[in-house]
Amino acid sequence: MSLTLTQSGNPRRIVLSAENVWKSYDDGAIAVLKGVSFEAVEGQTVALCGPSGCGKSTLLHLFGGLDSPDKGHVAVNGTEIGRHRNLLHLLRHEVGFVFQLHNLIPDLTLEENCLIPTVAAGIDRRTAHARLRQLADRTGLTHRLGQRIQKLSGGERQRTALCRALMNKPKILLADEPTGSLDEATSGLVFDLLRDLVVTEGVTLVMATHDRGLAERCDRILEMHDGRVHESVFAR
Amino acid sequence: MIFLTLIMTNLRRHRIRSLISVAGIAFSVAAMLTVVTILQGAIGMFSGILSSDSQIIVFERNVSDLFFSSVPAAALNAIAGWPMLSHADPVLFGIVSSADHPIITCFGVTAADARIRNATWIQGDSSSFAQRSDDLVLGERAAEFLGAKAGDYVPIGHGIFHVIGILKTANGFEDGGVFMPLGSAQSFFHKEGTSSVITVKLRNKDDIAAFKTMVKAKLPNLVALEDAEFTRSYSQFKILKATAWAVGGCGLVLGGLGVANTMIMSVFTRIREIAILRVNGFSRLQIAVMIFGESAVVSFLGAFSGLITGACLLLILKQVPALHGYVDVSIHPGVMLIVILLALATGVAGALYPAAYAMRIRAVEALRFE
Repeated sequence: MSLTLTQSGNPRRIVLSAENVWKSYDDGAIAVLKGVSFEAVEGQTVALCGPSGCGKSTLLHLFGGLDSPDKGHVAVNGTEIGRHRNLLHLLRHEVGFVFQLHNLIPDLTLEENCLIPTVAAGIDRRTAHARLRQLADRTGLTHRLGQRIQKLSGGERQRTALCRALMNKPKILLADEPTGSLDEATSGLVFDLLRDLVVTEGVTLVMATHDRGLAERCDRILEMHDGRVHESVFAR
Repeated sequence: MIFLTLIMTNLRRHRIRSLISVAGIAFSVAAMLTVVTILQGAIGMFSGILSSDSQIIVFERNVSDLFFSSVPAAALNAIAGWPMLSHADPVLFGIVSSADHPIITCFGVTAADARIRNATWIQGDSSSFAQRSDDLVLGERAAEFLGAKAGDYVPIGHGIFHVIGILKTANGFEDGGVFMPLGSAQSFFHKEGTSSVITVKLRNKDDIAAFKTMVKAKLPNLVALEDAEFTRSYSQFKILKATAWAVGGCGLVLGGLGVANTMIMSVFTRIREIAILRVNGFSRLQIAVMIFGESAVVSFLGAFSGLITGACLLLILKQVPALHGYVDVSIHPGVMLIVILLALATGVAGALYPAAYAMRIRAVEALRFE
């Protein structure tokens, strides 16, 4: 078990690590990550900043096991993803995803969308509904549970996506520009909620964002440019 | 529950497409059911002719069709002397024609034959049968289409026959056929001294095996089969059954192609959605089960609708006079089960490629699509 000292000096477990990670597409023609290394400890909120195409989303996909690096090592909870016993277990229990375009299934209700991860993981109905009620209550969506996604506002949709991502109590939340499609006011509200949830649930958040203001409210900011991490600063 | 919701949501999302697939399976099932049931009815009727008050049928060995079978009168005389016999009736089958009806089944029978003895006589009575060589008895439907009644003279083939009565029977072949005295039929068809078959009833059913053995030993040119055994082994029946299932099967293949088309379109139009399910922990197997589930629902609904449609179609066909007696509306449970299983198998087969495609979708690539 790897531990590291945080800014406050307390030793905390490293839950995410990337070591000299390279990733390219089109048979190497498009190099996206060029030797990225970084670590995140449990409960930490990390903002990935940088221009479009600098590799933020790719790095999140690697941490979620959706893709594999060409070179280097990516580990979650101390286990390298390439050697992870079961990638499904990773997606079902260890990480949750939130995307810019919420990626909800439009013809299902809010409740049905949120229950999808529990169905995938085979969590019993009673436990799943109890968890849903808890999250819906905290995100102010209880009265909207039966609504279809088309009838929800942008903010409600993103809060739904957040609920869905946290349904199976993952310890890592990977958010790819979660407020990118929202107006400034809604964006602030959703981020407040996101931060509140990750703090109270003890979740490590890695968030790709263009919003400098939101990034500065995270524990750390990683500046990415041209496939590399140029700067890792403690924001607070 | 969510699984079922996902399946039903996907089908509801493209209602028309789903309904067309259901209709494709339904029509295939209805066609298969109708064709198979009518043919089974026809086979049942033919078997009914042979098994009328008898247990065993004796006919010439190695003939392709009973119409070509020739059983000499000497064989009948020999069998008549066997102790286990209750009665043996010779029957000569033939095809006759009249002006507007080129094919009419003709039964050359004796007055002792169960068809004559036990029939419901609408006109005339059994005591007058076979008194004269030009006597003729018509089935009810034959009387209708020949426009004849008792006492009339009707032209059949190259002769003129005197109608002495009209029989009512539930058997379509008999109902649409004519009955001649055996001797008259033998002359008419130039088969003097022979019959097509001998229908046999024994005093004791336990003697069936002994009877068959005796036929084999003493009449080696003939073969004796129990009625059910004959129905199973008669090559014409086998061909008819195979044709019915083949025609129905082709219909189901077409229905299956419809399901395949629907499922392929269904998968192609929601690649991103499948990627979302994968990101949320759905395994490849769960994705496949969802796709197969959709096709199973389509197939089941199609099979169910097809059974109802087929049953209604058979009820309608039963009312058609020309098909009187041919259509047995009581659908055999075995046929129903086979049809449903075939429909489900077709649906599953139709979903094979779409499911394989869906399982191969890579979430990370699919999520890049906008």
